[in-house]
Amino acid sequence: MKQHSSIDFLLHLADNALILSQRNAEWCGHGPVLEQDIAITNISLDLLGQARNFYQYAAQLLNEQANTNEPITEDSLAYLRKEREFKNCLLTELPRGDWAQTILRQFLFSNYQNQLMNLLKESDDSQIAAIAEKSLKEITYHLRWSAEWVIRLGDGTEESRARMEKAISEQWPYTGEMFIAADYEKQNGIDPALLQSAWMEKVKEVFEEATLAIPANTFMHTGGKQGVHTEHLGYILTELQYMQRAYPGAAW
Amino acid sequence: MISTPVIKDNKAIWDILSMVTDPEVPVLTIIDLGIVRDVKKEGAQLEIVITPTYSGCPAMDMIATNIRIALLSHGFNNIKITTVLSPAWTTDWMSEEGKQKLKAYGIAPPNAKQQVCRDDLFVADEAVECPHCKSYHTHRVSEFGSTACKALYQCDSCKEPFDYFKCH
Repeated sequence: MKQHSSIDFLLHLADNALILSQRNAEWCGHGPVLEQDIAITNISLDLLGQARNFYQYAAQLLNEQANTNEPITEDSLAYLRKEREFKNCLLTELPRGDWAQTILRQFLFSNYQNQLMNLLKESDDSQIAAIAEKSLKEITYHLRWSAEWVIRLGDGTEESRARMEKAISEQWPYTGEMFIAADYEKQNGIDPALLQSAWMEKVKEVFEEATLAIPANTFMHTGGKQGVHTEHLGYILTELQYMQRAYPGAAW
Repeated sequence: MISTPVIKDNKAIWDILSMVTDPEVPVLTIIDLGIVRDVKKEGAQLEIVITPTYSGCPAMDMIATNIRIALLSHGFNNIKITTVLSPAWTTDWMSEEGKQKLKAYGIAPPNAKQQVCRDDLFVADEAVECPHCKSYHTHRVSEFGSTACKALYQCDSCKEPFDYFKCH
C-alpha cells in the first residue's frame, strides 16, 4: 500500500510540472517580445525536465512492483493515462490567457513549488530528494522572473494593472487546493498546509510592491489532486496525447 | 569479434571521454562542463556516471549516445551509462580550460564568484565581461537565453549581443 501511494504522489508531482510545461509551451513563437518568449519557453523546458524525472522514477517503481507485458515508461505515463488519472493541481491546467494570467500563474505556482521542493529535498527517499535539489536551482530563476513581472505589470500602466487584477480575481480561487493534503501526500508524510504561511508571506511581499490587493474572497476550488478536473484538462490532453493515440508507439 | 581492451587505469577512459563534446556548445567537452561524475569498473563492465546541467537539458540523450560511440570505437562494448541528479550540477564544476575555450568561442564564461543565485528581486546586473571587446560595460537583456544554461547580454561598448553561461 505504501508503495502504491508513493506512486500517486510521484505522478501528482510529475503531472503538475507536465501540464504547466504544456501551457507555457503554448507561448512558443507568440510571446509579447522575443526575450520573454524565450524566457517562458525555457521555463517550460525546465518543468518538462522535472516532469520527466518524476515520471521516470514512477515508471521504475511500477515496473519493480509488477511484471506487465509492456513495461511502463515515462512516455506511457504522460501519453496514455486518461484525464481522471491525472493528479495535477487545477491551477496548472487553467488556460494560458493573456500575458498577465501566464505571469501570475507562474508566480503563484513557482512560489508554491519553491516551498514544496525545499521540504522534499530533505525527503527520506533519496531519489525524490535529488530531484527536488536539482529542481530548486531552476525554480529560483522562475520565481524571481515571475515575481519581477508581477511587480512590473501591477505597478505599470493602467491597462497592465487592470489585466493583472483580472488575472488575480480569476486565479485566486484555484490557489487553496495546493495546501490541502491529498491522501497520497499524507501517506508520504507531507502536509502542504505547513507551506501556506511562507507562501502567503511571499505573495504579500510581491503584491505590496506591485500595489495589488489580495482578494478577500476565500472560496476555493478543489479536485485536481484527486483527478476531478476543470473542462480545460481534456483539451490539453487531446493535443498533448494526439500523436500517441493516433499512431500508437510512434517514435522520432 | 572485438576483444575488450584490458583496463589498466581510469585515466585512459577519462581521456576517451574528453573527446566527447557538448552538442549545443561544441567547443566544450563533457569533462570541461563537469557532466561526467564518475567512471567505475565492475568486472568487464564499465559504468559512466553523468549528471545533467538542467533537468530539461535536451542534449543529455545525445551525450549518452556519443559517450557510447566513443567508447565502442575504442573497443569497450560492455558499457552502462547512469544518470545521477545529486549533487546537482553547478557552473563551479566547469574547468578553467573550459572557461577559456568558451570565451574564445564568443560566450562569456560563468563568473568565478557568483552574484545572482539569490531570490532577491531587481538586483543589479552581474558584471560580465564582453567576450568580443573585453569591456565590462555590458547589460543583461534577459536571464533566459538560447539554451537553458545561458543568459542573453549586450555589450554597451561594442554593441554586440552575446551569451553568458549563467550562474547555476
